Amino acid sequence: MFDHGQPSYAEVNKDILSVMLETGPRYWMLLGTTMSVAVIFFFMPWFYQLIVGVGAAGMNRNAYWGTYLSNFIFWIGLSHSGTLLSAILHITNSPWRKSVYRSAEAMTLFSLMTAALFVMVHLGRVWFVHWSFPIPNQMGLWPNFRSPLMFDVMAITTYLTASSIFIYMGSVPDFAAVRDASTGLRRRLYTIFCFGWRGTAREWHTLGWAYTFFAVFVIPLAVSVHSIVSWDFALSIVPGLHHTIFAPYFVCGAIYSGTAGIVTVMYCLRKYLNFERYIGQVHLDNLGKLLIALSLIWSYINILELFSTWYGGSSFELEALKFKLTGFYAPLYWEMILFCAFVPLLMFFRKFRWSWNKMLVISILINIGMLTERFIIVATSQPRKFLPNAFGFYFPSWIEISITIGSFAIFATLFLIFIKWVPAISIYEVKETLKPLRRDA
Amino acid sequence: MKWGNDLSTFVEKFRQYLKPGYYDEFDYHWTMTIDLDRCTGCEACVVACQAENNLPIVGEKRYAQNREIKWIRIERYWEGEYPDVKMGFIPMLCQHCDAAPCEIACPVFATYHNQDGLNTQIYNRCIGTRTCAVYCPYEVRYFNWFTYTWDEPLEQQLNPDVTVREKGVMEKCTFCIQRIRLAKDNAKDDDRRRVRDGEVVPACVQSCPTEAMAFGDSNDPEAKVSKMMKDPRGYTVLEELNTTPSIVYLKKAHAES
Repeated sequence: MFDHGQPSYAEVNKDILSVMLETGPRYWMLLGTTMSVAVIFFFMPWFYQLIVGVGAAGMNRNAYWGTYLSNFIFWIGLSHSGTLLSAILHITNSPWRKSVYRSAEAMTLFSLMTAALFVMVHLGRVWFVHWSFPIPNQMGLWPNFRSPLMFDVMAITTYLTASSIFIYMGSVPDFAAVRDASTGLRRRLYTIFCFGWRGTAREWHTLGWAYTFFAVFVIPLAVSVHSIVSWDFALSIVPGLHHTIFAPYFVCGAIYSGTAGIVTVMYCLRKYLNFERYIGQVHLDNLGKLLIALSLIWSYINILELFSTWYGGSSFELEALKFKLTGFYAPLYWEMILFCAFVPLLMFFRKFRWSWNKMLVISILINIGMLTERFIIVATSQPRKFLPNAFGFYFPSWIEISITIGSFAIFATLFLIFIKWVPAISIYEVKETLKPLRRDA
Repeated sequence: MKWGNDLSTFVEKFRQYLKPGYYDEFDYHWTMTIDLDRCTGCEACVVACQAENNLPIVGEKRYAQNREIKWIRIERYWEGEYPDVKMGFIPMLCQHCDAAPCEIACPVFATYHNQDGLNTQIYNRCIGTRTCAVYCPYEVRYFNWFTYTWDEPLEQQLNPDVTVREKGVMEKCTFCIQRIRLAKDNAKDDDRRRVRDGEVVPACVQSCPTEAMAFGDSNDPEAKVSKMMKDPRGYTVLEELNTTPSIVYLKKAHAES
């Protein structure tokens, strides 16, 4: 579990809280950079687009969905591993989960928020977005519950709420630890945040069953969310999107890219927050094994999709498939296959699975592959629908590309804010894994 | 008290709806037939639609970006190689499908099916998710990528009966719903129950020089469209998708060679 010797209880508190309580100039510089990148690359182009109209993006007739929607799916996908993985590992009692899960769940939360922003950017008249919520109004109008987009609204708000509560609930004892370690305003704030946690047996008991209850609740929710996102596509009759396999395909792809995202985040936490003691070989090894399994499932589903399209023999489907495999975006398609199906096979070798640097590269490649996967789904199916006269082409404009870059800065900003407000590793659960009654070495 | 009244009205209405023949008596099923044998591809309908429905002129640049707005367009298809080439064309407009794929897509009911069998689009309700356009197999939905303006004095020719759409709104053929409404109002004023056949003429039908298009209520067996629909040449586009369109095309007859 611990690569560099087991820390004492006091050291755990000190190590993890010091990240929160001591802020150097490097942090502020980093935060300033990410914030300004977010403003310049995301919010300013978006503001321009709001004034001009969605025409500022590269979408056109018969490619009505573009990078905004593919990025939305990407970020939802990235959110999938955190809470889901944490919940599954909690129920199966895996001890290696304990030092990883807090940041993974934070990743869930922040990528969901970024995804929600992309919906806003995508909409033609975002100022009326509240119409898609079932709010009683004087117009007597109600949203359309037959619409897969409406399922989306419901699923994502539920998932966002559930995962916020899940991460908050798990952090309550740690907030108490922050309260005990701080003075002044922070102490008063964290007294409120931790609901006056005292650490009595009764409180631990309540937290325990509530947490398990939520873990059980969150697992089907996470599966349903990405299934529903896939139905945005699968419920259409567009060739190349109208596949039954889409729900498992998306769920698997989501967990896949999310797990790769966790590896990336773990690397950064370890490297820049000095958590080498808590995030060790065992985590990397287990995540690597999980990634291999997911990549194999993902490849299988991809082969299945190609096969069933070919076997179905519908001329519309075959035309869309031809465009995907040999058209303008074919290089992107084969890049995706390389990064998501072949590169992860390297992790069968322990040499790759045990090396942080190699795993970082693999995890980033997987996520580039997944980003392209979503782009290909959006960009190759719509231009080849039914009527050959309306065949078109889609290429993102510079505004879409800039907003895509900016979204990563938004995610980074949120994460940087998070590490100063919440202990990035669960203090009390790391202590559970220590051997009790250990004197200082 | 009031609640009781509402309930009894509701029950009464519901009983009326259940009566056999109610829909045939009170509802219309607007249908169009397009005879491809007569169509010359002159695009008069395209121009007429542009004038009637306040369609914006998007300009050359945006046309090249595939962002033009044409509620009715003439699709051209070629068959064969150069010396032995055959060209065919087909006017393509909203098919007002009875089982419309676009209608389930809208989260806010901006597009829905009305009693007349029309697939309607409410511009003011649209939030611009563009899902309806993605779901539409005929690609006849058009999006306002920008707010378009009309140069002086072109804004003088805008039709006062039709909304001018702003950016971020989806639009499409309405079967000239403003003319349908007018005809219905006139019928009501004359104490008639139903609109007479030929009373509603959409702009495209009106402007067709060869009278290739016919428009009317297919619930009325005596209407011109009902007779045209029975023509053995009749077919609907992309029939295998089971969208049950309200536009029946009459196939071009080829001489036996």
